Amino acid sequence: MSFLNVLREYENFDFEGYFKNVTDEMIISSINKKVLDKFDFLNLLCPKAKNHLEMMAQKAHKITVANFGYTINLYLPIYVSNYCSSDCLYCGFSKKNKIHRKKLSLEEVGIEAKEIAKTGIKSILFLTGESRKVTPLEYLCDVTKILKKHFSFVSIEVFPMSQEDYEVLFKAGVDGLTVYQEVYDKKIYKSVHVSGEKSNFEYRLDTPQRGAKAGFRSLNIGTLFGLGNISKEAFFSGLHARYLSYKYLECELGLSLPRINDAEGDFKPNTILDDVTFVQIMCAYRLFLPRVDINISTREDAKFRDNLLGICATKFSAGSKTEVGGYTKAKTEPQFEISDKRDSEEVIQRIQNLGYEPVYKNWESI
Amino acid sequence: MLKIGDKEFSSRLLSGTGKFRDKNDIKKMLEKSGSQIITIALRRVNLENPQDNVLNYIPKHITLLPNTSGARNADEAVRIANIAREAGCGDFIKIEVIHDAKYLMPDNEETIKATRILAKDGFTVLPYIMPDIVTCKKLEDAGASVVMPLGSPIGSNAGLQTKSILEMIIENSNIPVIIDAGIGLPSQAASAMEIGADAVLINTAIATASNPALAGEAFSWAIKAGRIAYLSKLQEQSQYANASSPLTGFLNL
Repeated sequence: MSFLNVLREYENFDFEGYFKNVTDEMIISSINKKVLDKFDFLNLLCPKAKNHLEMMAQKAHKITVANFGYTINLYLPIYVSNYCSSDCLYCGFSKKNKIHRKKLSLEEVGIEAKEIAKTGIKSILFLTGESRKVTPLEYLCDVTKILKKHFSFVSIEVFPMSQEDYEVLFKAGVDGLTVYQEVYDKKIYKSVHVSGEKSNFEYRLDTPQRGAKAGFRSLNIGTLFGLGNISKEAFFSGLHARYLSYKYLECELGLSLPRINDAEGDFKPNTILDDVTFVQIMCAYRLFLPRVDINISTREDAKFRDNLLGICATKFSAGSKTEVGGYTKAKTEPQFEISDKRDSEEVIQRIQNLGYEPVYKNWESI
Repeated sequence: MLKIGDKEFSSRLLSGTGKFRDKNDIKKMLEKSGSQIITIALRRVNLENPQDNVLNYIPKHITLLPNTSGARNADEAVRIANIAREAGCGDFIKIEVIHDAKYLMPDNEETIKATRILAKDGFTVLPYIMPDIVTCKKLEDAGASVVMPLGSPIGSNAGLQTKSILEMIIENSNIPVIIDAGIGLPSQAASAMEIGADAVLINTAIATASNPALAGEAFSWAIKAGRIAYLSKLQEQSQYANASSPLTGFLNL
């Protein structure tokens, strides 16, 4: 069984037609439900639901406080390599882009890690471009072992791997897996992932599942807004998270809402996720999935992030660098442009001023 | 007095450190509520960062109750318990084995396993469980110092949804019964004490109140009132009040 079977159920589903028939009463009733089914979720994603955004935000806030309290988990990304063997039209690391390529040596990883650890944040996400050749399993294991000396929680965002390979990484100390489907619409997926391993839609779709089976305690998924139809993509992301949460009870699930900004390569997004719809989707995620982590990266600007904190965000990066070696001696181009350019201290101070507790450490290496 | 392991406590309110807006609120809450035991998730204990280290916000006379939050099975719970002991958190351990990240429901089977191992190893074990009489008996045999059945799901503030089972557990138990999770109001805490619970653990309701210290105080009064009500046998009186038409009148007793 795969999430693909769930996706197939909607191949001929008329979203536009469904949305036309959604009434204000239906939306209000969905907001007020204790447990929302998939149609309630869809009602909240309907354009008309924007008329009830304040009500959605109030409920989202309430659920978030009950489940997470007034806290926000902090993490930082470390880019260890930008070599990539795939050609993805929207990505700054795409193999076609003539950028300076760099892979950190293990010694450099250690130096970067030490620098990042000075922030006091104990959770790290390490990323590579998708090149199995340049950054093979052994290298990823070595990087993990170095990071584990400085951080208690290590997650990865690398090329999709087999369950067996994930088991090796889990044993080496990896705790969590981040993998974005990018787009759940298969046709669009094929059109933007031109060549390379990443063009395999199904293999990528089942990646979180293989990670769960391998033992990772947290899975972070999402769509990259800007490629497919906004409401549909949000709907499938939520369904995917719920599918995983019913199948792998023990996994903590997270959703991110990355939207395309100015990366290298001059890609013009197919769709634009505006701020209002962003908040609508975030609230819909929260109401549909009360315990899911909602992760807001520095792709979003400072003011917007600060406002999202009070609604239902539970995870923030703070002072991120998206260049390889960015914390010590940045030379390469970033994967994407950062909007929130504050350093981690500033972000943390702001979180406290807003009446929230920044969580530096939320796991112990056991 | 509430006796847990080799320690005695005058307060029957156990508190927690999670979900606060500001760690400085914890100390004020402890002062106002009189709580003498506080649970801390080992996963959050940050020995390297004194400002972030929750242990630095808890006065020394308070008994620490580290918990194994994040453990997915007995083995992970045992590992976390040992790290907590090494970190200087003492011998009390609250076992939380959660195999369901959605509703945070405890896994009784794995909890029993972990209890057996940790009790043998000299820990004072306080296991958090789904209310179930058979599990409680097995935990007693495994060496648990108390049992901590949930009132309703964590963070739900739904009160004693499991009340009828809790009453049976209290009736049958030879070790203290502490109701943990789901209590959102002082009146609910009072009712837990009225039915004979030995103590309650409150975290979310206190931590997320606009004034946690005041909320803690409210709970402490409610718990005291509920305890006295239980001791005064108020409950029994109301349950079996004198009927106006006696059923045994014909016997001319």
